[in-house]
Amino acid sequence: MSESGLPEQGPGALLAVDHLRVLFPVKAGLIIDRTVSRVHAVDDVSLSIGTGETLGVVGESGCGKTTLIRALVRLIKATSGQIHFRDLDITAASRRQLLPVRREMQMVFQDPQASLNPRKRIRQILATPLALRGLPRAEIEAESRRLLDRVGLRPEHLGRFPHEFSGGQRQRIGIARALAMQPKLILLDEPVSALDVSIQAQVINLLDDLKEDLGLSYLFVAHDLSVVRHVSDRIAVMYLGKVMELSPAAELYTKPMHPYTQALLDAIPIPDPAENRKRVRTVVTGEVPSPIDPPDGCRFASRCRHASDICRTVEPPLTRYANGHLAACHHPQNVSAAELAAAVRSPLSPTSAGEQLPTLAA
Amino acid sequence: MSAISSELSAELPPEGGPAEPDLPAGTGPYRLAWRRLRRNRVSMFFGLVFLLIVILCLLAPVYAQDIAHMGPNAGSPTTQITIGGKTEFVTNSVGVPIGPTWNFSKYFLGADSLGRNEAVRLLYGGRSSLEIGVVAMLITMVLGTVLGLLAGFYRGVTDGLISRVSDVIWSFPVVILGIALATVINVQGLGPLHSTTLMTTAVVIGFVYIPYVVRPVRAQVLGLREREFVDAARQQGLSGPRIMFSELLPNLSSTLVVFVPLILANAILLEAGLSYLGAGVQPPNASWGTMLEQGLQLFPGGFSTVLVPGVMLVLTVMSVNIFGDGLRDALDPRSKVAR
Repeated sequence: MSESGLPEQGPGALLAVDHLRVLFPVKAGLIIDRTVSRVHAVDDVSLSIGTGETLGVVGESGCGKTTLIRALVRLIKATSGQIHFRDLDITAASRRQLLPVRREMQMVFQDPQASLNPRKRIRQILATPLALRGLPRAEIEAESRRLLDRVGLRPEHLGRFPHEFSGGQRQRIGIARALAMQPKLILLDEPVSALDVSIQAQVINLLDDLKEDLGLSYLFVAHDLSVVRHVSDRIAVMYLGKVMELSPAAELYTKPMHPYTQALLDAIPIPDPAENRKRVRTVVTGEVPSPIDPPDGCRFASRCRHASDICRTVEPPLTRYANGHLAACHHPQNVSAAELAAAVRSPLSPTSAGEQLPTLAA
Repeated sequence: MSAISSELSAELPPEGGPAEPDLPAGTGPYRLAWRRLRRNRVSMFFGLVFLLIVILCLLAPVYAQDIAHMGPNAGSPTTQITIGGKTEFVTNSVGVPIGPTWNFSKYFLGADSLGRNEAVRLLYGGRSSLEIGVVAMLITMVLGTVLGLLAGFYRGVTDGLISRVSDVIWSFPVVILGIALATVINVQGLGPLHSTTLMTTAVVIGFVYIPYVVRPVRAQVLGLREREFVDAARQQGLSGPRIMFSELLPNLSSTLVVFVPLILANAILLEAGLSYLGAGVQPPNASWGTMLEQGLQLFPGGFSTVLVPGVMLVLTVMSVNIFGDGLRDALDPRSKVAR
C-alpha cells in the first residue's frame, strides 16, 4: 500500500472535488412551498482521488457520505462548488456530455437487493451497460459470461433473476455491472454494509483483486473504520457534512489528530474481551447537532471534550501537517510542537473556516 | 492488506469451480404465475368459457351463411317459417316475435320485433361488443400506462397537468360522460369517427376509463422511481424515456395484466349500457346493448329477446371477471392458491 502523501489538488487527479456543497431545501407552506431552511448535507467538501488510489470516506450515519457520492455521479445536483473528472468540469454537464465520463466513473450501490431490477435477468442487467459501451450485439453474451467469471460467479447464472441470489452474490453482480463499462474509477457506496461479516471479507478481497488487475481507483464510503482500513490509501473522516480529518490510511489509525477520529477508532470493537476491557475509550456523548441549523465554529464542538471557546465560535481550517495529514481541529491530538510549527493552512479548507492555525492545547 | 487477502482467500469460492452440469435458467415471474393459475380450476374454466364465446362470435359469418342462411339484418315481420309442418309468421299480429325454435337452421333463438334472426344477431352483436371492448381496453391501457408513467416519473408540471385532467374526467360518472361524448361525435363527427362506425363507441369508452389506469400506474411509478435500480440506470447514463420503458415498465406489468380483464369487462358493460341508451352502436348494427334495448320495448312479451343478449352479456362479463380474479391471485406471489 502506498504511503504517498496527498496528490496535488487539480491537474493530475482523476477526480477532484472543489468546495462542494449540497443543500436540501426544507419546504413548508399551505399552497405555495417556501424554502424555510436548508439541510446542510455536504457542506464545503474538497477532496481528490489520484489514479490507482483508494480514498476511504467514513463517518456516522447522516454525515453526508452518501450524498457526497451521489452528487459526484450527478444523481443529486450540487448546490455550489465544482467536480472535475480528468480536468473536465462535470458539475453542470448535460446527460449527453456526461456519457463518456459515466463510462469511466461507475458506482456500486449500498443495497444490492434494491439496486438490481427485480424483473430483469442478469443477462439483461449486464447487457445494458455493455451495449452503452458500444459492444456489438454478438459479443455481449461472451463478455457477460466473462464478467460473471471475473467477479466469482458462474456464467450459467446469466439466466437467473436477482432474487435467486444471496446478498453477497448480488453485490458481485452489482460490481460486475459497474465493471461492464470498463471504468477507471468506481464509487462504492457502503458496498459491504448490507452483508454479513464473512461475506464482507470476500467482497472486499474481490474489490482488492480487481483494483490490482484492472488498475482501478476507488472512492470507498463506509461507516466502519475497520472495513476501510484494509482497502484505503487515504481516509477522509466526515462529520455533519464536513471533512474533519484526511490522512494516509495507516497514520489515521496510529496517530489520529481529530478527537472525533479518536472516538471513532475507540468505537471499533476488539474481538477479545480482555483486551477490550483494558483499553481506555473516548466515548462521544450527546446527539449530532441538526444539519438544518449546524453550529457555528467547529461542528463537533458540542460533543468534544477538548472543546474551548474558540471551537464554538471559529470554524477550524483544515490544517496540513507532515506526511499530507490534514485535520480540522483547533486542538489536534498526537501532534508534537515541531509538527505544529510546520503546519500550514490547506487550500482544501472550507471557505468559511478561520485563518488561525491551531496551538498546543493548554 | 496482502496479509488479509491470503488469510481470507480460503473463503473465496474456487475460481471457475469444478465442472458441474449447467444450471437451469431462473424461473421467471410469469412462468410461476402461470403455474399458479393453472392450478386454479374455476379461473381456468371461466377463461375457457370466455374463449369459447370469442370463438363463437368470430364464427358469426360462418353461422349466418352456412347454417342460418340469413344475415344479421335480413328478415322482416312477415317472413314465414315452417316448423313441424306448420307454417307461421316470425312475429304475431301484435308484433311479438316467436321464441326459440331450437332448430339451428331456422331462427334457433327466435326472432326479434323486426323479424330478424336473434341467434345470428347475437353472434354479430357479440362481435361488435367484443371488438369495442377490446379496442376500448387497448386504448385505455396504452394511454393510461403512458400517461401514468409520464406523470409519476417526471412529476412537477407534467404530473399536475395529467393528474388534474384525469381528475376532471373522473369526476363525471362514466355513463354520463360516455353519452355526452358519443352523442357529440355521432352528431358532428370527429375526424374519422362518425355515427356508423363501431370505433366511435370504442374510442369514447376507451377515453372515459383512462383515469382508472393512470391513477394506480402513477402511484406505483412514484414508488418505483425512488428505488436504487433506477438510480443505477440513471448513473449509467440512460435517458428518461429509456428508464421509463425499459426499467419501470417491466415492474408495472403485473399490475397492468390485472387491469386488462377488469377494464375489458367494464368496457363491454359500458358498451351495452351506452347502446341501450342509444348513444353507443347505432341501428341497424347489432350489439348486445342494442338487442337488449329492442327487446325491452316488447317487455313482457317476447321475453327471449331480452333474455338471450342479457344472459350472453352476464356470462361474458362474469367469465372475464372471474378469470381476472384468478389472474390477480396468480400474479401475487403471496397468494395461496388451492393445490
